Amino acid sequence: MVVINFISSKGVLKSVNAAEGETIMDCAKNNDIYEIEAECGGGCSCATCHVYIQDEWVDKLDAPTEMEEDMLDFAIDVKENSRLSCQIKIDKTLDGITIQTPEKQF
Amino acid sequence: MGNPIQTDALIIGAGPVGLFAVFELGLLNLNCHVIDILNKPGGQCAQLYPEKPIYDIPAYPVITGQDLTENLLKQVKPFSPVFHYEQLANKIRKQKNGNWLVETDKGLVFDVKAVVIAAGGGSFEPKKPNIPDLDKYSKSIRYSIDKVDRFKNKDIVILGGGDSALDWTLQLYDIAKSLTLVHRRDKFRGAPATVEKVMSLRDGGKIQFHVGQVNEIIGSDGNLTAVKCIKENKILDLPCDILMPFFGLTMSLGPVDKWGIDLSDERIVVSTETFETSIPGIFAVGDINTYPGKLKLILSGFHEAALMAHAVFKRINPDEKHTLQYTTTSSSLQKKLLNQ
Ligand SMILES: Cc1cc2nc3c(=O)[nH]c(=O)nc-3n(C[C@H](O)[C@H](O)[C@H](O)COP(=O)(O)OP(=O)(O)OC[C@H]3O[C@@H](n4cnc5c(N)ncnc54)[C@H](O)[C@@H]3O)c2cc1C
Ligand code: FES
Repeated sequence: MVVINFISSKGVLKSVNAAEGETIMDCAKNNDIYEIEAECGGGCSCATCHVYIQDEWVDKLDAPTEMEEDMLDFAIDVKENSRLSCQIKIDKTLDGITIQTPEKQF
Repeated sequence: MGNPIQTDALIIGAGPVGLFAVFELGLLNLNCHVIDILNKPGGQCAQLYPEKPIYDIPAYPVITGQDLTENLLKQVKPFSPVFHYEQLANKIRKQKNGNWLVETDKGLVFDVKAVVIAAGGGSFEPKKPNIPDLDKYSKSIRYSIDKVDRFKNKDIVILGGGDSALDWTLQLYDIAKSLTLVHRRDKFRGAPATVEKVMSLRDGGKIQFHVGQVNEIIGSDGNLTAVKCIKENKILDLPCDILMPFFGLTMSLGPVDKWGIDLSDERIVVSTETFETSIPGIFAVGDINTYPGKLKLILSGFHEAALMAHAVFKRINPDEKHTLQYTTTSSSLQKKLLNQ
């Protein structure tokens, strides 16, 4: 099990257990992280699973693919540390990662 | 209110399932009109993933969302359905004779014997940027262009870097007083030729381009005058009469949830025998409905459309005996399909 920490836009922390192999979006949906919408169900076609990765974790993730970068153009309030959570697969190296969810997905 | 358009069935939603519903109803001699809030058919397939391959359409090892849509349009052509785009089904009212009156946001009215809701994930609506007071300036904010004249001699700011943002830049730059494009990076996701044209406008000084983000808007009495754009930690003031944000679309159930139909978790509850909703005469097929075991697949929606069509037929023609015919062997069906 890997622990993922979600911090809501209001600053509320929720730490949850995730299985390796699932995406951060799956994990968020399974744990009622309501600020993640994921309308397209992980298809990299909606940009409503947008999250901010806490700075020290940004470089530990594989860089976003071109497809993800393109889709990020359609997210709201994109910052340097923005990612689409459906494109991040969970493995052991992400144990303890902290992720902030945005106030708005659309 | 204009004169109602009369037909057998009104299909709300021109996604793959709404299109196939036209076919199944057509086989049973039922005429359809179809409305969609978008300006083109295909629903999610055309809007969200036109170039992506689909692998689970029976007898098509692979087909793109766009090709599936085009094939469906070909398939329904013999039944001459009438499409009305950029119309949002808004209100619905039962009449004394059992027919339904459906009114769109643009004032079209339909008088129909059956309503088929094929609204998928709901109606597509433009995503709105997270800017304080955005709603106060709604008349200065445009997500599409109705009358080009409105944009003449205006200071226009376009946000985004996809096809819509680029297309409208090309369309408006020479009638606008000024046009500024603001995008989060200097790469664009658009047809290469379009991107090239926009870049040459920038290089020629015909438009302004900033890598940045608009986070504040300024104006009075609901009219915008300027926007503030953050660019590399600096704040730029951009003159702006009209702001056009293009961050894609989102789906929301929209007006359907005010129609008094039983819902479960934002989906319409249906009978799996008839695909009728809790209100007789209103049917629901495709992603919009729910029932035990529901799979949100195009395949399932096609099956639902066939059963729905037979139920609609029975409702409209309670006394007529009706048997299942095969398109391969029925000469009357073939006549219809070959449009003779
Ligand atoms: C990225 C992605 C990949 C997918 N891949 C597959 C796949 O491989 N195989 C598969 O089977 N399925 C796939 N799907 C799911 C498939 O696209 C849907 O099941 C299918 O589109 C549902 O069709 P529909 O006609 O019910 O609804 P939609 O395609 O959602 O169309 C509904 C239409 O109704 C319109 N509408 C809604 N409300 C109103 C209103 N009030 N007034 C007017 N118009 C309205 C909408 O604008 C829309 O055009 C995928 C979906 C996504 C997002
Ligand atoms: S869930 Fe749609 S892009 Fe991630």
